[in-house]
Amino acid sequence: MRDFWARFSRNRGAVVGLVILVLVMLMAALAPVIFPGTPWDMAAAPFLPPGEMGMLLGSDSLGRDVASGIAHGARVSLMVGAVSTVAALGIGVTLGAIAGYAGGWVDDALMRFTEFFQTIPSFILAILLVAIFSPSIASIVFAIAIVSWPPVARVVRAEFLGLRSREFVQAAECLGKSRIAIMVGDILPNALSPIVVLASLMVATAILLESALSFLGLGDPNLMTWGFLIGSGRSVIRLAWWMSVFPGVAIFLTVLALNLVGEGLSDALNPRLARGRA
Amino acid sequence: MDPARLPGFLLRRGIKAAVVILAIVVCNFFLIHAAPGDPASVIAGQSGAADERYLAQLRTQFGLDRPLLEQLWIYVRGVLSLDLGYSHRQQMGVATLIGQRLPATLLLTGAAFVFAVVGGVTLGALAARRVGTWADTAITVLALTFYATPIFWVGLMLVLLFSVVLGWLPSFGMYTVGADYTGLTAMLDIAKHLILPALTLGLFYLAVYARLTRATMLEVADQDFVKTARAKGVPEGRILRRHILRNAMLPVITFAGIQAGQLIGGSILVETVFAWPGIGRLAFEALLARDYPVLLGVFFCTSAMVVLFNLFTDLLYALVDPRVEVAG
Repeated sequence: MRDFWARFSRNRGAVVGLVILVLVMLMAALAPVIFPGTPWDMAAAPFLPPGEMGMLLGSDSLGRDVASGIAHGARVSLMVGAVSTVAALGIGVTLGAIAGYAGGWVDDALMRFTEFFQTIPSFILAILLVAIFSPSIASIVFAIAIVSWPPVARVVRAEFLGLRSREFVQAAECLGKSRIAIMVGDILPNALSPIVVLASLMVATAILLESALSFLGLGDPNLMTWGFLIGSGRSVIRLAWWMSVFPGVAIFLTVLALNLVGEGLSDALNPRLARGRA
Repeated sequence: MDPARLPGFLLRRGIKAAVVILAIVVCNFFLIHAAPGDPASVIAGQSGAADERYLAQLRTQFGLDRPLLEQLWIYVRGVLSLDLGYSHRQQMGVATLIGQRLPATLLLTGAAFVFAVVGGVTLGALAARRVGTWADTAITVLALTFYATPIFWVGLMLVLLFSVVLGWLPSFGMYTVGADYTGLTAMLDIAKHLILPALTLGLFYLAVYARLTRATMLEVADQDFVKTARAKGVPEGRILRRHILRNAMLPVITFAGIQAGQLIGGSILVETVFAWPGIGRLAFEALLARDYPVLLGVFFCTSAMVVLFNLFTDLLYALVDPRVEVAG
């Protein structure tokens, strides 16, 4: 563990990313304390520039506090990012593990299926899914999971393919363990590090996807999100730049932080690769 | 690749593409049926635009009272004869609607793609030649930044800078409204409107291609045939162009094929921000009106475009790299 931390912290960008990420999480956790009440309520006169009348980041066209919207939006973004990543991991790891361990025609069929999902324009599919099942937090998470599992399946398959014929797996087979027990208990733990790295990048992509969906008006109508803030501020951008600039900065910082942490994790978990890359 | 084996290669890839397109049609069909409520009202658009008689007509047209498989067959037959349905909202066939909007989208994505590839490969090559200098670092930082920025926000920020603050470029639409330019002035007018959207869509991929080119060029530059060329006295510029860059282009081609779908998806956002009259904007309008036939049509059409583009990059790859085996 100390070794892991030493390698992680050698990547300066990763440490910066981790700090930003912790700050965003704190903001999300403390949102109801710092900004009590819902972010949908009118808090001041509309169109207040940042800094006026206690509106740190200004107010929007209906007098709502932009800062409060960003803090409350952080909860939604992080939650959607995490939950849809877990769901996508569930699909991807299952399919990838079966394909890699079974091999043969099962592998062939599953990889064709994965390829299909990688070919079709994923963002348009996500829009379709959310529009047809009507926008809600559940349909958004579902749509993001459906379009983001293929890379997981490919990575997990490659890992399983490489580990399947190793001695410890053969030993487990000789002991008469069931296939599922071998896949979950013996192979998966050894394939974890690329999955962890991929997962951190997937949370970042999921946050970008969610913001794009809610920018197009496909967000959960009951939840304040960063994409919604930008979408509603965009028609008045000539009058009030702050409404669309600050939520975008929040997305940028969060996604950047996650990407940096992902690179740090990759360095820490695959020390050999890290040295080669520098 | 051996030219004699080209027809077989094309045939196999063609069949694969056809299977994917068919699968998309089937996928569309099940999406209609997965939607809550009556499929007929989904097909008609749920905005109350359809009356009872139209719904009844739809039910017979799609045979909604018949077994599911038969319905699927009717639907697939319809789409394959390019009947993408009818938009009750716009009073127009979906295929016609998409046909009208397609040129604008092709212009936008094409311009963004060329900008991204040319700019990305140039920057990547520069970074690879000057590894470890400030130029290299700047390009890496640029790539990281554009990885993390939502594309629609980049568009808005460009509008803010170049249209609102500086007033250099138009922020809206494809032509100057009411100007009625002809000939060269009309083309210049479109070009002026194209700059910001194409820049927005292209910047992300520019960053991706720059990183990719840098990495592969560094890899190729280490290989024996480069050392051989250098040892026999080939000038450095020629080594870079003929030996390193040519080989480094291969992953860029592969990646362009993989990214085609994302480029189209990104164009929905960019066209929405800039009111660019392409199929992305059409999809956004259809989304606001819950006009499902148009949305499904856009999904089918863009998927088919991506499949065709992949076919093209496969072919290009096989022609550029003689080592590619025709199998698979």
